[in-house]
Amino acid sequence: MKRIGVFVCHCGSNIAAVVDVKKVAEEAKSMLGVVYSTDYQYMCSEPGQDVIIKAVKEHNLNRVVVAACSPRLHEPTFRKTLENAGLNPYYVEMANLREHCSWVHPNDKEGATLKSIDLVRKAVAKVNKTVALFPGEIPVEKRCLVIGGGIAGMQTAIDVADMGYEVIILEREATIGGKMAILDKTFPTMDCSACICTPKMVDAAQHPNIKLYTLSELESVGGYVGNFEVTIRKKARYVDMVKCTGCGICEAKCPKKVESEFDYGMGKRPCIYKPFPQAVPNKPMIDPENCRKLKENKCGVCAKVCPTDAVNFEDKDELVTERFGAIVMATGYELYDWKKDFGEYGYGKYPDVIDGLQFERLVNASGPTMGKIKRPSDGEIPQDIVIIKCVGSRSTEKGKTYCSKICCMYTAKHATQILEKNPNANVYIFYMDVRTPGKMYDEFYMRAKEGYGATYLRGQVSKIYQEGKKLIVKAEDTLVGKPVEVKADMVILATAAAAVKDSSEIAQTVGFSYDKDGFFTEAHPKLRPIETNTAGVFLAGTCQGPKDIPETVSQATAAAAKVGALFSKDKMATSPMISYVDEGLCSGCGLCIPVCPYKAIELITIKERVHGGEVERQVANVNAGLCQGCGPCTVACRSGAINLRGFTNQQILAEVDAACQ
Amino acid sequence: MSVEQNTLEREKQQGEWTPKIVGFCCNWCSYAGADLAGTSRFQYPSNLRIIRVPCSGRVNPHMVIRAFQKGADGVLVAGCHPGDCHYATGNYYARRRMLVFKRLLEYVGIEPERFQARWISGSEGQKFAENAIKLSEEIKALGPNRKLRDVR
Repeated sequence: MKRIGVFVCHCGSNIAAVVDVKKVAEEAKSMLGVVYSTDYQYMCSEPGQDVIIKAVKEHNLNRVVVAACSPRLHEPTFRKTLENAGLNPYYVEMANLREHCSWVHPNDKEGATLKSIDLVRKAVAKVNKTVALFPGEIPVEKRCLVIGGGIAGMQTAIDVADMGYEVIILEREATIGGKMAILDKTFPTMDCSACICTPKMVDAAQHPNIKLYTLSELESVGGYVGNFEVTIRKKARYVDMVKCTGCGICEAKCPKKVESEFDYGMGKRPCIYKPFPQAVPNKPMIDPENCRKLKENKCGVCAKVCPTDAVNFEDKDELVTERFGAIVMATGYELYDWKKDFGEYGYGKYPDVIDGLQFERLVNASGPTMGKIKRPSDGEIPQDIVIIKCVGSRSTEKGKTYCSKICCMYTAKHATQILEKNPNANVYIFYMDVRTPGKMYDEFYMRAKEGYGATYLRGQVSKIYQEGKKLIVKAEDTLVGKPVEVKADMVILATAAAAVKDSSEIAQTVGFSYDKDGFFTEAHPKLRPIETNTAGVFLAGTCQGPKDIPETVSQATAAAAKVGALFSKDKMATSPMISYVDEGLCSGCGLCIPVCPYKAIELITIKERVHGGEVERQVANVNAGLCQGCGPCTVACRSGAINLRGFTNQQILAEVDAACQ
Repeated sequence: MSVEQNTLEREKQQGEWTPKIVGFCCNWCSYAGADLAGTSRFQYPSNLRIIRVPCSGRVNPHMVIRAFQKGADGVLVAGCHPGDCHYATGNYYARRRMLVFKRLLEYVGIEPERFQARWISGSEGQKFAENAIKLSEEIKALGPNRKLRDVR
């Protein structure tokens, strides 16, 4: 027997000024199952909640309707109230008299009161069909997978490892370090990037709780929060990591040199190589695309010179499957590929038109030019250098629409670096706007401009073409409204930071959403910027959108905190408002399976006794850990065998009936 | 003029009739949009009764038919914008289902204005109110719904 109590809230005057709350409470008394009803000024306040608890005890209530504000606001509050009153917390239903009634019908008091009565009747009808719900429990595997070994991934890994949990860093390159290891200096302090990045790399590698999987890629991800099952492809390295001492003889003796990816084509590397001298792990790999032994079965010099016999041309990819409780995405960014779109800048055919990361290698003391800024074409020291901002960003025509955020600062840094090394050089920076929010950022920009004397010109460059040894840069100075022409020795493009090319595939493999630009989407842009919409998958760094290093590191630590919170319990409570299957009705057709966005439904075989014999048949089964309680499966089911707890067919139909009375 | 139209005209002339509209709103976008309409004090007629569902994909055509049977003059199904579903794909299913279902309703003689699917995000309180006003006006112009009504 249902004994329902209805509690109508005045919400001060928010509801009571429009709705006749006394009348609503009075009318509620005649509704089916209602044995008690009252009104109170603030139902959500402590005395208000006490009114409910007292009434539950005095009138032996077993269901409660609170007619107040939106359940999106106070449903959790009143569930706790019911728990305190000794009832199942899911025995409460709310009628939204404030947001959906009094606030939107202030001039229709009579209509609002009638509507309020209807809303209460609707809630009473639903709560009449409500059954007790109990949260489920799933175990948590306290191991964290960090995908990407850049500064974001390393920071998350170190923080999670420091909490005492095991972490695996998955990195597809041969070394961790990411983009930060490529940079020369960092703004605005101009400290050496390698000097702060390489110790972090060593910290991560030597941490007892961290394991590095370099040259490894994600193959597949199954499972759900607390229980992900991840298959990783460890690619063939052709060098035995145990035997190799990293002496470097093989690198020195390899006869074939190709363009270095790490130097962005600014330098050469052998075919058995470490990406850079401080690589972690500090052991070489063989590039199977270019190695003559692997391609043509010739050469093999590295194996001959190796003192520890570590080179193994027979090495194969290896697949490993491991279990993790949480996944942190830290896959980073890459520069927007400007060459395909920017014909006016020469589609990349002028060697002296380079991008920001190429310049980082040129200016880097450990780079191919030992830190001397030389033109890639002839090795001369450039005197007149043009920097063009917003290449591929803030554009609706080509490239990306967003502001790439870091470029204004790194162009100021580049200008400073050029002028520090060659005070007589002329640096011209073409910009749309200069955006430098951040601690000491604007001061840094002003110093580049006024202290070092970089020339800032407002306007986008319309054309670059070569004339003899010079690059002619044509633009309009929009501040004076006159065309300008600069004869430059070198042009640096501040190209947009873009999502990595296969970011969408990565997101699909792990199972969460990404935006039109390929950046990973956070669960809520303001309140849940670290989480994805998939429970247990978190975001760190530039895979979510362009960020500078301090922001990346902060987000990485935040992601680690989220992982720590998840791992702090042995078992996780799951929402009980999920789908369930009535096996007696289920025909095992499987139509519900493709509808589920969380892959939570699968067919299982059950045994039944029919006419004295035992038969096996297939039925759908909902995984409580994966189901998020959305409900499209309930509609897809032809036999009506799937229902959604908390929003059952019976509850919704009862609401419909009550709303139409 | 048929008998039915006659009664309809009479009811309209009496002027007191207001339509009864049932709205199925998804918890994450449209219900939140309706909440925002409230917090922003955008006014709309008081004849809309909102039923909260987790996702527009949870709305079974059966529920819509039941509303018409029980005397609703109009039904609204509202969810997140396609592509923005909180549950990734639920509203795509809703969109397809409701499109086919609308054709079926038209086939049995229910005017298309009586059954509407709308995509309203949690930040579109204004849009929610505008839709509620428009829906109410359109159904008012049509008069009471007599098709499918359960006469028991």
